Amino acid sequence: MPVLELRGISQEFGGLRALDGIDLQVPRHAIFGIIGPNGAGKTTLFNVITGIYPPTEGQLLFQQQPIASWSSHKVARLGVGRTFQNIRLFNRLSVLDNVKVAANWNRSAGFWASILGLPSYSREQKHCQEKAEALIDMLGLYDKRMEYAQSLSYGEQRRLEIARALIAEPSLLLLDEPAAGMNSSEKIELMDLIWKIRDDMQLTILLVEHDMHLVMSICEQIAVLDYGRKIAEGRPEQIKSDPRVIQSYLGVEA
Amino acid sequence: MRFLEQWITQIIDPYYLRIIILVGINIIMALGLNITTGVTGQLSMGHAGFMSLGAYTSAIVSLKMGAPFWMALLAGSTIAAVFGFIIGLPALRLEGDYLAIVTIGFAEIVRVFFLNFEPGGKAVGLSGIPQETSFTLVLLITLVVIFFTQRLLSSRLGKAMYAVRENEIAAEACGINTTHLKVLSFVLGAFLGGLGGALYAHYMYYISPQDFDFMRSIEILNMVVLGGLGSIPGSILGAAILTILPEMLRVVAEYRMLFYGALLVLLMIFRPNGLFGDMRVYDLIKTRRAKGEKPCQS
Amino acid sequence: MIWQQLLNGLTLGSTYALIALGYTMVYGIVQLINFAHGEIYMVGAFVGLFLVTVWDANLAVAMLGAMAVCMLLGVLVERIAYRPLRGKSSRLSPLISALGASIFLSTLMALIAGVNTRRYPAVQDVGSYALGPVQLSSMQVIILLVSAALMIGLQFLVAHTRIGKAMRACSQDLDASALMGINVNRVISYTFAIGSALAAAGGVMVGVYYNAVWPYMGTLAGLKAFAAAVLGGIGSIPGAMLGGLTLGILEIMGVAYISSSFKDAIAFGILIIVLIIRPQGILGEKINKKV
Repeated sequence: MPVLELRGISQEFGGLRALDGIDLQVPRHAIFGIIGPNGAGKTTLFNVITGIYPPTEGQLLFQQQPIASWSSHKVARLGVGRTFQNIRLFNRLSVLDNVKVAANWNRSAGFWASILGLPSYSREQKHCQEKAEALIDMLGLYDKRMEYAQSLSYGEQRRLEIARALIAEPSLLLLDEPAAGMNSSEKIELMDLIWKIRDDMQLTILLVEHDMHLVMSICEQIAVLDYGRKIAEGRPEQIKSDPRVIQSYLGVEA
Repeated sequence: MRFLEQWITQIIDPYYLRIIILVGINIIMALGLNITTGVTGQLSMGHAGFMSLGAYTSAIVSLKMGAPFWMALLAGSTIAAVFGFIIGLPALRLEGDYLAIVTIGFAEIVRVFFLNFEPGGKAVGLSGIPQETSFTLVLLITLVVIFFTQRLLSSRLGKAMYAVRENEIAAEACGINTTHLKVLSFVLGAFLGGLGGALYAHYMYYISPQDFDFMRSIEILNMVVLGGLGSIPGSILGAAILTILPEMLRVVAEYRMLFYGALLVLLMIFRPNGLFGDMRVYDLIKTRRAKGEKPCQS
Repeated sequence: MIWQQLLNGLTLGSTYALIALGYTMVYGIVQLINFAHGEIYMVGAFVGLFLVTVWDANLAVAMLGAMAVCMLLGVLVERIAYRPLRGKSSRLSPLISALGASIFLSTLMALIAGVNTRRYPAVQDVGSYALGPVQLSSMQVIILLVSAALMIGLQFLVAHTRIGKAMRACSQDLDASALMGINVNRVISYTFAIGSALAAAGGVMVGVYYNAVWPYMGTLAGLKAFAAAVLGGIGSIPGAMLGGLTLGILEIMGVAYISSSFKDAIAFGILIIVLIIRPQGILGEKINKKV
């Protein structure tokens, strides 16, 4: 039973068809890769899944529930976490607050509980604090927890985005080019981290990435997009030998 | 409380007492606008609209209905908060400067409304409002407002409001209902604006639509920006400075507003983020430590 | 009756449009609400008055003189109050700086000329022509013709001249234009100069038409003209013209058929309603969220 299912998803921007009838099934606990040349519609696909753009056509099922045209925060609360290609942190909040603010909002303390300091508020505050500190520690940012997010290095900011996406315990995590701008040793660390997150937290990972080595090493299944269409799907070794993929994308490298 | 009031009025010159009370009222309003504009990032340039709604509502409740003071205060702030909710709704579709002109327009419409509002005395305004606002009361309310604002802004809900300002799309992706928080920020800002207006009306004895024109909105906005967006100490200090400074400039009489205008330009050139923008207690401690460590490193 | 009101509205609307153009051009390039623009318009009205009363100038000379002075003033304000802030601070600080400049200019004028309302001497014989059902005063003819000429001139400038092309490039992308070798500072100065000249022309004509000039006349007129620019779609030059004319006509109609006491609220009421229905204004382009 797939965690995420896309049926004939299309997205148009003023006549431009950024996504064209995408069908996709992401199995539970998979590490699923989406690749394709620049402008193929990978990030648009993420934006449709997370409710930033409502799809022009098609169905979007998350754990069997139709979520197309849901607002973004509702999709997030249902259990979809994500990172952004161009890092989007809360720059003038501390590292700790960046993570705490993303913790589960479904049963969070409301306005009156917060300003009056009711027990439900104190409980929540304590719970969030502990969970956020644990996550920050896991991602190696504990020493920087009081710094402003904007003062972190590029690699640290990428890790902070992952921590922020994880605190609400999503069942699906979308990573948009997590390795962009990293050197090869950082990439190896990142691969270990992705495996660890998947196994420890029992979640499903969908990632967009340009680094072929990384994608081929960690993804169990890969879908290839080109001009908004899915042109191939399969295991890494199948993708590597698929003539259409080689022609449209890997052709440059192979 | 009555003893404190008597003691204060004995030892402080009435002129200074008046300035202190106005500082308190301005702190309350600046803290309100700080929630809307400073923390949540929704540019509101019509805070005088909320102030006048609070002032007129409370004055009418006091004068025409003879209601007790606390009820007038509550009525004034509640009506303002209701309008904050209404004005918060367009904020969901509009951003930045578009929102700014809508809030300006709202305040102008409110002003023109009171210019034609029979129970409010039209252009002449209302006079004979009982002078219930005392030093101790303003002090008390200011402290309570500071306490609860601090509570709110350090809570997770408050941090989520900062997150809306910092990056709306990321905030949504973190499960934050940005729509809800934007409207909440307007309601809270308007409530405190109305409270300030109600206190003002019951201190000044006389109010008229001219008291709540565009310049008044700008004065309150300046307090928030000068202090540093999103900072509570910033808003308090901004309100204090911009209330006291024009009084000090009274010696230069008609040149007063000339200095005020020039000062705004200069301050923005030399301190674009306000006096306290970006500054936290944690940073102060850290810089001091870093300075202490320097000799060892070199 | 309705035709007469329409004509009066068109006259008022042309002056709003002239001021609105300055807001929209500046906004299109530096994304700043130039709150001092209303004061430029006010200074224009005063310079015209000065030329007419002290030097006995005719209307054309007064208008050209006011335009020249305000061009310099507009450039000066940008140099002092906005340029030092550009690109290194939040969006709010230039806004506050603009408000400071606005307060400074209106107070300065109040100190120089006094706070009382001043009247233009009769510079123009107040002939009026019957045109079917409407009475057209000579001043209305002048306002309509001059506004139309200035707007056509502006369209030509923006569409066909080198500086116009540079302005359009800058309004697309300031950084990219700088990289392509456009002298961005110079383009911004030109934009302020042109916008200020248009506002000054509007100021002189309004001063003569309504026969009243005072130091704080710029605030409300400026806010309304800004509302007109937003109504038309800020950043769009035809939008500012359309917005100005629409607001002028609706304001006069509102006064004639509803109530004159709510005159100053009409413009903002219309603006709020339009923005709720169409957040980008009438001719503004829809901006897609960039992710």
